[in-house]
Amino acid sequence: MSEKTALPVGQEAIQEKGWWKAHRFLILRRLTQAFFLGLFLLGPWFGIWWVKGNLAGSMTFDILPLTDPFVLLQGIVGQHWPEMTAIIGALIVGVAYALIGGRVYCSWVCPINPVTDAAHWLHDKLGLAKGWQPKRNTRFWVLGMVFVVSALTGTIAWEFVNPISMLHRGLIFGMGFAWTFVLAVFLFDLVVSRRGWCGHLCPVGAFYGLLGQGSLLRVSAVNRAECDDCMDCFAVCPEMHVITPALRGADEDTPIILSPDCTNCGRCVDVCAPDVFKFTTRFDTTPAPARASRRNKQRQPEASRAA
Amino acid sequence: MSAANKRKPKPLDRRRFLQDAARAAGACAVAGMALSKLATDARALPAQAIRPPGALPEEDFLAACIRCGLCVRDCPYDTLKLAELGIEGPATGTPYFTARDIPCEMCDDIPCVVACPTGALDHGLTNIDDADMGLAVLIDEERCLNALGLRCDVCYRVCPVIDKAITLERRHNERSGAHAIFMPIVHSDHCTGCGKCEKSCVLPGESAIKVLPRRLATAEAAEHYKLGWEDRNPMVDELIDLPDRLPGPGTDNLAAPGGYLPEGLPDPSMEGGFSPSFGLPGAGGSGQ
Ligand code: SF4
Ligand code: SF4
Ligand code: SF4
Ligand code: SF4
Repeated sequence: MSEKTALPVGQEAIQEKGWWKAHRFLILRRLTQAFFLGLFLLGPWFGIWWVKGNLAGSMTFDILPLTDPFVLLQGIVGQHWPEMTAIIGALIVGVAYALIGGRVYCSWVCPINPVTDAAHWLHDKLGLAKGWQPKRNTRFWVLGMVFVVSALTGTIAWEFVNPISMLHRGLIFGMGFAWTFVLAVFLFDLVVSRRGWCGHLCPVGAFYGLLGQGSLLRVSAVNRAECDDCMDCFAVCPEMHVITPALRGADEDTPIILSPDCTNCGRCVDVCAPDVFKFTTRFDTTPAPARASRRNKQRQPEASRAA
Repeated sequence: MSAANKRKPKPLDRRRFLQDAARAAGACAVAGMALSKLATDARALPAQAIRPPGALPEEDFLAACIRCGLCVRDCPYDTLKLAELGIEGPATGTPYFTARDIPCEMCDDIPCVVACPTGALDHGLTNIDDADMGLAVLIDEERCLNALGLRCDVCYRVCPVIDKAITLERRHNERSGAHAIFMPIVHSDHCTGCGKCEKSCVLPGESAIKVLPRRLATAEAAEHYKLGWEDRNPMVDELIDLPDRLPGPGTDNLAAPGGYLPEGLPDPSMEGGFSPSFGLPGAGGSGQ
């Protein structure tokens, strides 16, 4: 391992690109999260009713309906055919995320993301073991389970426990004991399973991942030839397995991160000192020669260990 | 991770896959059962939580309501609220109101229903008088002032459907022997369950008249009893549609009451035939 990895994650990027460029997307992301939450809070806190409702369903300027397609789909599976307003709202949301990346919801909008990010930050600080790591596809099992329960009980099943709605609705309409769910997710990520909730279990993430399977907006490791194996991108990425195929691919492999698990958070873009990553579209065909090390297969063991 | 898997020999791969799948399926079955339990428990809507106007029956409501709170926002009287986990009874995040705190004012334009994006509040409800949020029940007849013989009348006066949903029924006051009791009587075919009466009951604390969900407030009709004063159609033609014997000649002629043989009546002279032993004077019947 090179000396560079001894530096704290992202340190090199700060030195080379400056603090702002090394935190750009992180800051933008936090601002966006605050912005979306703030829109909903304008009404109850300041009486400015631009946006009414919550993430499950909302009405903006009394004209634009938005509905969470995952919630609506559970209702349909539970045998309620919704009114047109909800369907239009779900279509708008669905198409938007299908274009910009389904899991953009996770990293740019979801109010649980700051919670699990905080848990991960503390987890790192305390140097805890990564703990139980369920299989990557566990969340799809959970997703299937949610639909089955919705169908069997004729309810929107996930909404009985969904920590996202608990927190979001709690902040806007009154919390009750909903904070216990949020705390549970935090503790789960902290002591039971590193990046466990968003990365392995949450069916909402799984749903949006599937939705954004073919999304246009993608991160690409175009400059992968420049990669100096500092491993910082793997350290910050909430779904680190998505990086490997793009970054460590051969010449003929696409440098674009095509996995629907990628949340388009852009943290890898931030943290990479040689600017290997950038946002682009899935149709970007800029040639991206593989890393020199990839050609002689020297670093392969390290790669699989990291993944 | 996946790269490492690919290098493994096939049979092991398959076995591993099946094991993982079985494990995941098992875990999901357990989690699913827990979730189903939550979902079914949530249907037990507490009696004092009244759903907004037009709300679908509880079983359907939980599949329809996405808990967005748009109905709450558009209610001009702040009647509605979303249930908070562990504090109130209805399924977390679903809308309801507590009549004793803020009743439904029965808006003509029903903004809550209009706001609902999913139809959990049925958009077919366009006349608020048809709303069926619950049914008011005079639940404490020992303390209701009117029931005690006083003239409070408040629940009656505030009822938006006055004289249809609540009426005052005059009864004799057995206690004083000389006065009347004006009993508030709720009529289920007109009461919308708005809760104005419950809200305004002058008793301190709990109200003597309360809106209850219909499932609690109404019994099932006794189909096997015939309410003759409501349903004048005879149950069995042959038995009820009896000929009347009229005074006059031949009346006591049992073979031909009234002087002639009515059609459709079994001939009394045959086996199984019979004839009435008496009849009401002046009552209508085929014998006339
Ligand atoms: S690959 Fe980059 S953009 Fe995608 S989730 Fe990982 S850090 Fe975020
Ligand atoms: S009818 Fe009016 S007062 Fe009653 S719940 Fe709806 S909006 Fe509120
Ligand atoms: S507006 Fe409809 S879907 Fe939204 S909370 Fe009210 S009843 Fe539920
Ligand atoms: S709840 Fe009370 S006030 Fe409302 S309609 Fe029924 S009887 Fe009248």
